Amino acid sequence: MAALDTNPQGMTVSDEVAIEIKNMNKWFGSFHVLRDIDLTVQRGERIVICGPSGSGKSTLIRCINALEEHQQGSIVVDGTPLSSDLKNIDKIRSEVGMCFQHFNLFPHLTILENCTLAPIWVRKTPKREAEETAMYFLEKVRIPEQADKYPGQLSGGQQQRVAIARSLCMRPRVMLFDEPTSALDPEMIKEVLDTMIQLAEEGMTMLCVTHEMGFARQVANRVIFMDAGQIVEQNEPEAFFNNPQNDRTKLFLSQILGH
Amino acid sequence: MSDTHAQSVAFVRRSEIPPAPPPARETGAVKWVRENLFSGAFNSIMTIVGLLIVFYLLSGLIPWILNGTWEGSDIRDCREILGNSGGGCFAVLAERWPQLLFGFQYPDYLRWRPTLAFVLLAVALPPALFAMYLPRWTLAATALYPFAAYWLIWGGTILAPVVAALGILAGYLVFKAIEKRGFVTALAAGAATAFIVWWIGGLIVGEFPRMLSIEPVPSRQMGGFMLNLILGVICVSLSIPLGIVLALGRQSRLPIVKGFCVVFIEFVRGVPLITLLFVANVVLAYFLPPDANFDLIIRVIIMITMFASAYIAEVIRGGLAALPKGQYEAADSLGLDYPQAMRLIILPQALKISIPGIVNVAVGLFKDTTLVSVISMFDLVGMIRGPILSSTDWVGVYWELWAFACLLFFVVCYGISQYSQWLERQLTTDHR
Repeated sequence: MAALDTNPQGMTVSDEVAIEIKNMNKWFGSFHVLRDIDLTVQRGERIVICGPSGSGKSTLIRCINALEEHQQGSIVVDGTPLSSDLKNIDKIRSEVGMCFQHFNLFPHLTILENCTLAPIWVRKTPKREAEETAMYFLEKVRIPEQADKYPGQLSGGQQQRVAIARSLCMRPRVMLFDEPTSALDPEMIKEVLDTMIQLAEEGMTMLCVTHEMGFARQVANRVIFMDAGQIVEQNEPEAFFNNPQNDRTKLFLSQILGH
Repeated sequence: MSDTHAQSVAFVRRSEIPPAPPPARETGAVKWVRENLFSGAFNSIMTIVGLLIVFYLLSGLIPWILNGTWEGSDIRDCREILGNSGGGCFAVLAERWPQLLFGFQYPDYLRWRPTLAFVLLAVALPPALFAMYLPRWTLAATALYPFAAYWLIWGGTILAPVVAALGILAGYLVFKAIEKRGFVTALAAGAATAFIVWWIGGLIVGEFPRMLSIEPVPSRQMGGFMLNLILGVICVSLSIPLGIVLALGRQSRLPIVKGFCVVFIEFVRGVPLITLLFVANVVLAYFLPPDANFDLIIRVIIMITMFASAYIAEVIRGGLAALPKGQYEAADSLGLDYPQAMRLIILPQALKISIPGIVNVAVGLFKDTTLVSVISMFDLVGMIRGPILSSTDWVGVYWELWAFACLLFFVVCYGISQYSQWLERQLTTDHR
């Protein structure tokens, strides 16, 4: 195990590399959506990515588990290079959990089946064991009593917590969050954020696209600001919020923190 | 609500308003009639006109049924018995009943065999239709049924259906054994196993064509409503899996697979079924070696199945397109590969959405099996048009025969429709 350093919140970060993105470029047709992205994520790091809409932040994290294809540069996740090799892609996807803005639970399966499906079929876990794991994580997100219901019977906040539990059942080494609270009523945002904070405290490597700046201050050890497909600024949260350097960052922060 | 005075802005609720039942609706038959039938001058007129039409129809129909006769051996007997009572000559149904059901060439002393096959269908269908309420092992009855039914209806040596069943069983077992190594590998290995078993089995059947044999009945002697049911059941159950494959193929990223599926679907949908049937009847013979004995029923089944599967593929494509993109992404992000994502996530939802469309095609296909009458196969319609109406005994008994044909088809199609609606309710999980 590599050396550990301790950040202000008392959470540990190792110098082992979890994700390494080098010189990555992506186009949608002729639109240059990601430009020369360089990003290295250490194991245990919690990174918040923010920026105006259309700045490419969702596209960036969707490239990490190959939901979007990048055209130039390299992405290495946990030592596995992301190429067009389907075997590598499926391996990376099973190691990287993802939470979506609209939860994307499977509506025809119960909560428990949602959580056990991938472990059973991808990891070949026996059904009993997969169900025990699922109940463990459902308890962790505090909704074990909903296990036999269908997603349509749950509130948005509950659905998002199930989605988090579903990803955790694969025992991922990295979690990606794509605006996990943007589709939720204000009253439900907190329950989802609490779950994410708990996850961060346990040392999960996390990349979150979010506009929840309170969350960023509390758990992130790095905040990345993107604009027009580029990483414009990145820093520790305190420095990022209190002393932004780039004019674009200052404008963005003044707009979202203005009230 | 007196605490909500507008004198000041501040307001604090001290007591909760208890939920109250909705205001009671006035009820009673008179009120219903007034609201729904006579709510205005126009509505009242429409109601009276409607009632008159119903009365007119029933006043013709009821005497036709009630005064009808079931006795008599030809149309002249009927005319004598009926006189001017306006009743129907149902004697034709009583006399030609076996022909309407089995055709005029199926040996009459063997009719118990297809009858038994269709009685057994009542045992074989429920495990598949009500799978969620019956134990899994009952599906064995469904799986065995096609082979038993084939043997009962066509006869011949029992080895043929046994070999066919063994091939499928062996293929299935091989598929299950190596399924975890990958769906495509397992599918290919399973298919190869099945073909090997069939090939070896075919040699054995060739050696012992008389072993445990019951009297064979050639396809040319099938007829009546039995032929419609045979074609309908086989073609529907074959065209749904084929339609799924075509729909997925049309979405494929591989250009050759996609191109083949698009051309197949567009071509087959673009030609009338009747021309495909003529092709099956006449033209195919030119392409086959002269001594090839390629059964006419099999040729017709291939054509109808192709036709229906093209339509079903388009219905399922609609269901696939209706699924939110997030379902595909969620399946991908969990590491499921393509066959798993399709089988576990995408198809269960897409097929559920497609049920009304698939049933539409299935009902249409079942009724289209009557088109085989134009290539001189004597199905129910062929029997009525040909041997029965052109016989001197029953010439001119149109109403009774066609009404009977309508009734038979209606009962089956209405049953399918009711089942599909029930199934849709069972599969509802969104609780909205």
